[in-house]
Amino acid sequence: MSTRENILGRVRDALKRKVSPQDTASIDAHIAAHPLGMQPLRDWEPELRFRARAEALASTVEKVASLQSVPGAVARYLVVNNLPTGGICWPSLRKLDWIGAGLGMEDRPARGDDLVGVTGCFCAVAETGTLMFLSGPDTPAAASLLPETHIAIVEAARIVPFMEDAWALLRAERGSLPRAVNFVSGPSRTADIEQTVTMGAHGPYRVHIILVG
Amino acid sequence: MELRSNEFKARAAANLGNEKLQKGLGLIKVKAVVNRANAVAEFGDFETLREAGKEIRNRALADLDLYLERFEREATARGAVVHWAENASEACRIVVDIAKQNGVKTAAKSKSMVSEEVGLNDALIEAGIEPIETDLGEYILQINDAEPPSHIVMPVIHKTAEDVADLFHAKHGTPRKTDPAALTREAREILRPKFLSADMGVSGANFLIAETGSTLIVTNEGNGRLCTTLPRLHVAITGIEKVVATLEDVSTLLRLLPRSATGQAITNYVSLHTGPKRLEETDGPQQFHIVLVDNGRSKLLAGEMREMLRCIRCGACMNHCPVYQAVGGHAYGWVYPGPMGNILTPSYVGLENAVALPNAATMCNQCGVVCPVKIPLPDLMRKLREEQMVRGLKPWTERAGLALWGWAAQRPALYALGTRIAVRFMKWLGGSEKLIHRLPLASGWSDGRDFPAPAGRTFRELYKERRT
Ligand code: SF4
Repeated sequence: MSTRENILGRVRDALKRKVSPQDTASIDAHIAAHPLGMQPLRDWEPELRFRARAEALASTVEKVASLQSVPGAVARYLVVNNLPTGGICWPSLRKLDWIGAGLGMEDRPARGDDLVGVTGCFCAVAETGTLMFLSGPDTPAAASLLPETHIAIVEAARIVPFMEDAWALLRAERGSLPRAVNFVSGPSRTADIEQTVTMGAHGPYRVHIILVG
Repeated sequence: MELRSNEFKARAAANLGNEKLQKGLGLIKVKAVVNRANAVAEFGDFETLREAGKEIRNRALADLDLYLERFEREATARGAVVHWAENASEACRIVVDIAKQNGVKTAAKSKSMVSEEVGLNDALIEAGIEPIETDLGEYILQINDAEPPSHIVMPVIHKTAEDVADLFHAKHGTPRKTDPAALTREAREILRPKFLSADMGVSGANFLIAETGSTLIVTNEGNGRLCTTLPRLHVAITGIEKVVATLEDVSTLLRLLPRSATGQAITNYVSLHTGPKRLEETDGPQQFHIVLVDNGRSKLLAGEMREMLRCIRCGACMNHCPVYQAVGGHAYGWVYPGPMGNILTPSYVGLENAVALPNAATMCNQCGVVCPVKIPLPDLMRKLREEQMVRGLKPWTERAGLALWGWAAQRPALYALGTRIAVRFMKWLGGSEKLIHRLPLASGWSDGRDFPAPAGRTFRELYKERRT
């Protein structure tokens, strides 16, 4: 017998399973229904909550009226913070007028020494001030991870109240999960040394969120 | 990891006098405990949330075989390779084989307690593969001659910034610095090229999701994301008990885990991995292997310790344990310290190899109160103590003492006489200070503390006097 059969056999013995293991009705129903668990009381408006939470997690947030205004906002943010005015962006954002805003944004895969990465996001979760990213050819995961500064563009209309709403959106729009789903809540941090919170452990030192809408 | 749990008493005694360790442990009370309390209060009805977490974990365990098979089917359908490991050596062999077949020279690792449990680093080194710990705490331990972690969430809680400053200065040859931010930057700069050149990434999995065949990890540093995005191979190694049913179930558990662990509403990063890199993707591993480790878990499922399998490894039980707070994680002598370790260690390595652990608790139930999945930790420790008694694993003095007490307690007149003599003797021992510095036959109790002397009369004497 294989290790797999041994382990599953012991699990079945431990559970005193009488029905045949082929009978998976008990779990199928639960998975198909995927009922909501416990969510906190919702006494907030999603966009306000998202902003407050994201800022509490040391992200910065601004809002612009349309996608066309994004390159200008990115340029202002980088200049004000004395950051380089070039970097990489998701291929899905290549059509924005970066050059017009004085920026050099390349739509190539991120390298270890890139300093600025601009991405969109799939949606955002208000409860925790979290951004949700799906990996894909036009939305590579490393762009939000390797650069020291991460700028994320978020459609205000795609701020959902809870993580469960993000799953519902994913099921409705995509059907299945991409290779990687990344939830990001602020700059990377560590508190390993004397429990002192320090930003910029291995990921970005700063996350700037541009709400559109 | 080397097992030293039977040295608990000696190591605990030594740690009580270790000033640096005591400084780190002191921070738990003012930081981890306070942060958790604030996060719990901010959430609102945390009690109902704990109940929901318990139910989700119970549901998964009640049909563990079916959920594991469903997980395997979904993961495989998306191109992941699922491996099953009976024990530690099998788990190591599987990972080493994957590495060898793919010509792997270096493996970037994000924090995984199961990899500590099975001793993966040693196995990799033996096979000529260099493991690189990338979690800041684990990295510090690795360059300090592979020192074991002393906490499951904060592995270097026993070290001060000064210790890390000395270590980095010695190992990196850089100017000495003590600022945690500067130390973190230094580690980042040393590790970044290693991430970029590593052939294989090794992670754990906080949860396995049966619905989608995904593994899920929570991290704050981002090293987990780097390990699972950049190298051409990703191996996730975890226990068979980590499976949960749905994305909704895991969403509920994610409200419990970071709040209980560090007082965060969510960790910086929550990452789900489903299969390897897809066609046309520019990043992600070409191969994704998932190693499901039993190593004693199916045995636990069959016995009285089953509730322990609900554990989501948050560390709250140790943060709130007066014994852990006093002696630190290394005293426990294996991977899992604190109350959860008091149960897991004897369960996984044998009660006879961890005799002191079920007794390393005051039964105050602080752990049971904070555990996010409501594991009745003191009850489980009590059951292990009973088993020790039955199997004759208690020292003869303790067994003889209890037998003598049982014999006397059945003879009320004799019992009354005995206790009257004893309390008068103890009052005399306490002298004018009313403190006993050394208890005969129980020096283990009185070596590290004074015992308050009794008033000199028994409860029954005082009670009788009040009644008349
Ligand atoms: S036993 Fe409970 S409190 Fe302790 S680590 Fe596990 S889940 Fe957390």
